[in-house]
Amino acid sequence: MRFNPNTDADRRAMLDAVGVKDVADLFHDIPAEHRFPALELPPPLTEMEVIREIQALAEENVNLDQFACFLGAGAYRHFTPSVVDMVISRNEFYTAYTPYQPEISQGTLQATFEYQSMAAALTGMDVANASHYDGATAVAEAVIMAINVHRLKRKKIVISPTVHPMYRQVTRTYTQGMGLNIVGDVSDGQNDFRALLGLCDNETAAVVVQNPDFLGQLHTPNEMQDLANAVHEHGALLVVATDPIALGLFTPPGHYGADIVTAEAQSLGNGLNFGGPYLGLFAFRNNLVRRSSGRLVGETVDAEGERGYVLTLSTREQHIRRAKATSNICTNQALNALAAAAYLAAMGKQGLRKVAELCWHKAHYAADRIGQLEGYEIVAEKPFFKEFVVRCPRPVAEINAFLLDEYGIIGGYDLSQDYPHLGDAMLICVTEMNTREEIDDLVEALAEVNQPGVPLELEVGS
Amino acid sequence: MSEPFIYELGEPGRHGVDVPDVDVPETPIPAEFVREELPLPELSEADVVRHYVHLSQKNYAVDVGFYPLGSCTMKYNPKVNERMARLPGFVNLHPLQDPATVQGAMQLMYELQAMLAEIAGFDAVTLQPSAGAHGELTGVLIMRKAQIARGQGHRTKILVPDSAHGTNPATTTMSGLRVVELPSDKNGNVDLEALKRELDDDLVGLMITNPSTLGLFEQHIVEICELVHQAGGLVYGDGANLNAIMGIVRPGDLGIDVMHFNLHKTFSTPHGGGGPGSGPVGVTAELAPFLPGPIVDVDENGEYIWKWPEQSIGRVRSFHGNFGVIVRAYTYIRMHGAEGLRRVSEDAVLNANYMQARLQARGDYPIPYGHRTCMHEFVAQGKISGAAGVHALDVAKRLIDYGFHPPTMYFPLIVHEALMIEPTETESKETLDAFIEALTRIAEEARTDPDLLHTAPHLAPVRRLDEVRAARRPILTRTPPAHRATK
Repeated sequence: MRFNPNTDADRRAMLDAVGVKDVADLFHDIPAEHRFPALELPPPLTEMEVIREIQALAEENVNLDQFACFLGAGAYRHFTPSVVDMVISRNEFYTAYTPYQPEISQGTLQATFEYQSMAAALTGMDVANASHYDGATAVAEAVIMAINVHRLKRKKIVISPTVHPMYRQVTRTYTQGMGLNIVGDVSDGQNDFRALLGLCDNETAAVVVQNPDFLGQLHTPNEMQDLANAVHEHGALLVVATDPIALGLFTPPGHYGADIVTAEAQSLGNGLNFGGPYLGLFAFRNNLVRRSSGRLVGETVDAEGERGYVLTLSTREQHIRRAKATSNICTNQALNALAAAAYLAAMGKQGLRKVAELCWHKAHYAADRIGQLEGYEIVAEKPFFKEFVVRCPRPVAEINAFLLDEYGIIGGYDLSQDYPHLGDAMLICVTEMNTREEIDDLVEALAEVNQPGVPLELEVGS
Repeated sequence: MSEPFIYELGEPGRHGVDVPDVDVPETPIPAEFVREELPLPELSEADVVRHYVHLSQKNYAVDVGFYPLGSCTMKYNPKVNERMARLPGFVNLHPLQDPATVQGAMQLMYELQAMLAEIAGFDAVTLQPSAGAHGELTGVLIMRKAQIARGQGHRTKILVPDSAHGTNPATTTMSGLRVVELPSDKNGNVDLEALKRELDDDLVGLMITNPSTLGLFEQHIVEICELVHQAGGLVYGDGANLNAIMGIVRPGDLGIDVMHFNLHKTFSTPHGGGGPGSGPVGVTAELAPFLPGPIVDVDENGEYIWKWPEQSIGRVRSFHGNFGVIVRAYTYIRMHGAEGLRRVSEDAVLNANYMQARLQARGDYPIPYGHRTCMHEFVAQGKISGAAGVHALDVAKRLIDYGFHPPTMYFPLIVHEALMIEPTETESKETLDAFIEALTRIAEEARTDPDLLHTAPHLAPVRRLDEVRAARRPILTRTPPAHRATK
């Protein structure tokens, strides 16, 4: 076995040192009737063979390098510069673990501190932690943090229906044993945050909204600031989930009163990877630091006064505080945070703004052209960023099957499950990766699928 | 030499990526939305590369040397794993694509679910949890919901041995349940009498790490599971230490009802400096309906489909799990097969016992449970006879000067001055011998020149860091204005 270096002679010498005859003798504590089960697993493969098998599985998939993609809904296809993969492929980064020994982990620690700094700068907040698992668990952790800030005395959470449906599901999963009252998202997907305020009272620990919201729409900084003020009047916290690419261009939540900002930060240099690993960005105000969850890296000095970095404020965490910890999180998404840091460093001030501008212009070009098609209607009460809702003349599943089969296009997200009141509605996502030709093809295909000659009974998913 | 903070590098006007120009008619951006400043660094591509290469050089890692960090299973990470995880047919898949367009990826997940179930003796597996603690939360929520389904929703108590990872009690609290800690007996097993006293109508279940964090196999595990079951409880297995028992024993066969796997420990996926991990959860048939959804199933036509278990606790994260990590673990299992995995565990346990026996023979460091055969790790104490002022911390820091990553320190909490050593199976006898030699020399130094230890490390990129200062006056971010001002 290539990964196990010890030879038979080594094993013999080691068994002698231990004082047993056979390696099986080391397992005498295990109940004899259950010892050494015959596992039914596929036979072992050499590297050459395993590559062949797994490559075949990979090639069965329709990969977005070969197809135009207008699917977003919480996972986004943005450009990743080559620098990013080079950084996260450094053995010293990716084969290390949590920096428990700071003297030999300054690389991870400084890179994480820089990630925290850039994440805070991007969101306009005071502090960001080292990461949560993804955008959904970051919202759940924000809700739990708000409950902890109020010392478990407030049990009500108001959450907007335009927060990503999965974030809302995960929040409910995480808190199912806590006896919370989560309200606000059972209505019809109202976009006006003022409607949520009617639900906010002195029992409310937090109000959770998303901006740009799940349907792509932007809420003005003034509207957000009014919301924040009203939430704060009730003594509750405002949690804002956001899109980090949008923050390259738009006013960040820290500038309009958010107390906790979360984001799915996969967009920052992390591939789509069929849904993970992703990155839960988590930023908050200074006064909440000691109630916060997740790892934090802090700056300090060494015995000679040189600047250095350590994991800090661990008394919040499970390995110290155990049952009273602010969260159970231990391993998080350090390498994904490193990718995000390298991405932000490489893109920089100019690059990120340009990426966001490209998304804006291309999405609006697409919406403008689709809105002119017969049978299609752009459903937007507010400005949007890179995603928008299109009401379609036919069920979205049928349209998407046509787009894929006839044009090699992966269409938008079908909203009929999550927002049935919108009818046959599709959430279309356009990023800097979509060329003008792709958008024009999409428009042409959407027009064609609404022609009388196109068969109505397409086999969905074929 | 210290590497500048990233905002101290570069110059205004620089950028590391050229972004294409707009190729469509422009739409005005309403001014009221636009942010005034975007305080990000301004570096060229080469600036970025050199910065991160410099930082990487300040890190210790498995690919640099021996990393016997107890309970973390820092084994070598095969490079083919990385190659497989970067295949375009995996990287460039959107999680919400039509299942018909991602059958290869779903097949891989389905097969991994089945292989993990087989390895640990369970009936169903979810791959959704992102880390061990996330798997624990999933498992405890499943236990809670199963008790409600049995009409036992009044139960609130979870038993956790005092040797457990902090994640066990923290998870219990997050799940809205309460923890009662169980003491260990003199052999490192769960104190059975203490357990029996807690078996009442309030019991949700027991969380047990087996092999334990003392590196010991629980000698009464079958009896413990039976007792808990008789009291109407369920048994959660913390799979952190599965590396000791693959092909040796299946937790499901012993009576464990639900268990998480750590793909980043047992199945060789890299630890990434603190993630991403992956914490799949396996359950018995009784608990399968409560798994988070969706999981991969296969329909009558042989097509892979997403399926929601009927009484699911709900999603524990967005999408399907840390797929990139899942691909790596799948690759590892396919390369090993049943025989190879058993060999992994045998070698991991042999390596640990060899180190324990040799250290014990030298006699410098007490090994409180050294009278027992250990599993894949063991716990020594940094209490050196004839060197009263020297602590586990000093030994650990001095090990850095010898070119090793120190063991886990001060854990488990029930062993004073603990040094928890897990060699893993991918280390050779020469490496283990060199580490024992280093520990022996450090013990000598502790007696003759204790200050050498108190001031260690001497050969690391920085000296001992002031952690108290970091916590008292936390500096958790620096942003450009402050730094620009000092430049």
